[in-house]
Amino acid sequence: MNKVQNNKAWFFILPVIFLVAFNAVIPLMTVVNYAFQETFNNNIFTWQGTKWFENILRSERFYAAFGRQLLFTFIILLIQIPLGVFIALSMPKKGFGVSICLVLMSMPLLIPWNVVGAMWNIFALPRIGFLGHYLALLGFDYNFTQSIYAAWFTVILMDVWHWTSLVVLLCYAGLCAIPDPFYQAAKIDGASRWAVFKYIELPKMKKVLTIAILLRFMDSFMIYTEPFVLTGGGPGNATAFLSIDLVKMALGQFDLGNAAAMSLVYFLIVLLLSWIFYSVVMKGEDK
Amino acid sequence: MKFKWIIPTLYIIFLMLPIYWLLNMSFKTTNEIINTFSLWPINFTFENYIKIFTDSTWYMGYFNSLAYVLLNTILSVTAALPAAYAFSRYKFVGDKHLFFWLLTNRMAPPAVFALPFFQLYSSINLFDTHIAVALAHCLFNIPLAVWILEGFISAVPKELDETAYIDGYSFPRFFIKIFIPTITAGIGIACFFCFMFSWVELLLAKTLTSVEAKPIAATMTRTASTAGYELGLLAAAGSLTILPGAFVIYFVRNYIAKGFALGRV
Repeated sequence: MNKVQNNKAWFFILPVIFLVAFNAVIPLMTVVNYAFQETFNNNIFTWQGTKWFENILRSERFYAAFGRQLLFTFIILLIQIPLGVFIALSMPKKGFGVSICLVLMSMPLLIPWNVVGAMWNIFALPRIGFLGHYLALLGFDYNFTQSIYAAWFTVILMDVWHWTSLVVLLCYAGLCAIPDPFYQAAKIDGASRWAVFKYIELPKMKKVLTIAILLRFMDSFMIYTEPFVLTGGGPGNATAFLSIDLVKMALGQFDLGNAAAMSLVYFLIVLLLSWIFYSVVMKGEDK
Repeated sequence: MKFKWIIPTLYIIFLMLPIYWLLNMSFKTTNEIINTFSLWPINFTFENYIKIFTDSTWYMGYFNSLAYVLLNTILSVTAALPAAYAFSRYKFVGDKHLFFWLLTNRMAPPAVFALPFFQLYSSINLFDTHIAVALAHCLFNIPLAVWILEGFISAVPKELDETAYIDGYSFPRFFIKIFIPTITAGIGIACFFCFMFSWVELLLAKTLTSVEAKPIAATMTRTASTAGYELGLLAAAGSLTILPGAFVIYFVRNYIAKGFALGRV
């Protein structure tokens, strides 16, 4: 669309800028403030330069949390994306089944995140929870509060439960946009199911799939509430992802300097990811 | 290919299992939960629900959550509408950078902002009010609303605007009388997603409230830790938080696929 050059359009954007800047710029400057200074209770600040950043970038704690975060994100992407595509492909295209599928599948997305954690806690409790009970019956030594593997298994299963639907809905929307003649042409050519997927469905889903991958990537990078309620970051620090570790440092230990420096490093990582996201999506739209 | 329906069915069963388990627990007494394992409640009881509906610290939690979520949805979408229009129709100094800056806020980890938010809202005396949470959630909901609405507005041909000017409509009158009705679907979807993200977010909502505006989800975690571990009560409270979401989904079910088709969530 041809856009008109008009700088008065700024007035339309003022309310948005005011509201978002109030919530983004002021807190960010507070964080920056803490990241370069030492503070004591009586509001006296002393300049510390890059001390906190050096601390954080040399601390094993940060790299351990970052490593756990990357591993978690990698695993859930590996499960959720193929699973989401697979389910979207087998969903009905019309009839009353569509509404049922859409409504039921969106359910997990609208449950408050800590209820998701609490729900999975109850579901996975050893002995009295459904999952815990039956895994024990099958002979697994399953206790997510004690075993690292069980904790990771539960957190990942919970995330798959919580977010796969987002991938399904995005892919489904992409699939619905494919006109019927495409399939008819494929049928006439005698294309196999795999060929239809590879040459028709996958290319058409490319855009929504990119968005799904990047959204899941970013959102899983900020995950906090669900694992915090489910495992509290434990056992030990086994499921303390970046956000959990950060909040522990800032609000639990009140280690403001280090926490602020970590926030900024974390924020820069996310900013880099957003930039990649933005470029990819906008490039797709220009075509 | 005849048995294709099995896959979505199995997936839905997997989705429903934990929800069913939560409901199951909510109709049991704490005693029964701890001592026996059963797939359905044996001593069926409404005790947990009665407790929630008679204790004001519980039911006010629902009221508080709904209050700030609705406030935030109205605020976000109202502010986002003219901005989305401007981004879609006009070129102006810094438009692309501004759009990117807005989007980065959708991607900012709330954990980074938790402590500064507490200090900011305390210093302007808004701590523990519904307005504080509604304003704080604008951080990620306004960018989202702008993004969704921009997509819908760009799909409306520009000739509509031009015809209205020729017909002698002033801009505000055109915007309210003609433009808003043409993008109702978009506004509905934007409202849905604002509602959704404000309803599910807890880290900021919990940081910014203590008593007066405490969201239901925060009431849950605190009660669970202070009054022993009342699983039945916890399950009942959790089950009730699922209702508003289910209700909203039912209303927008026909638009969901359309909203996702734009790929702007």
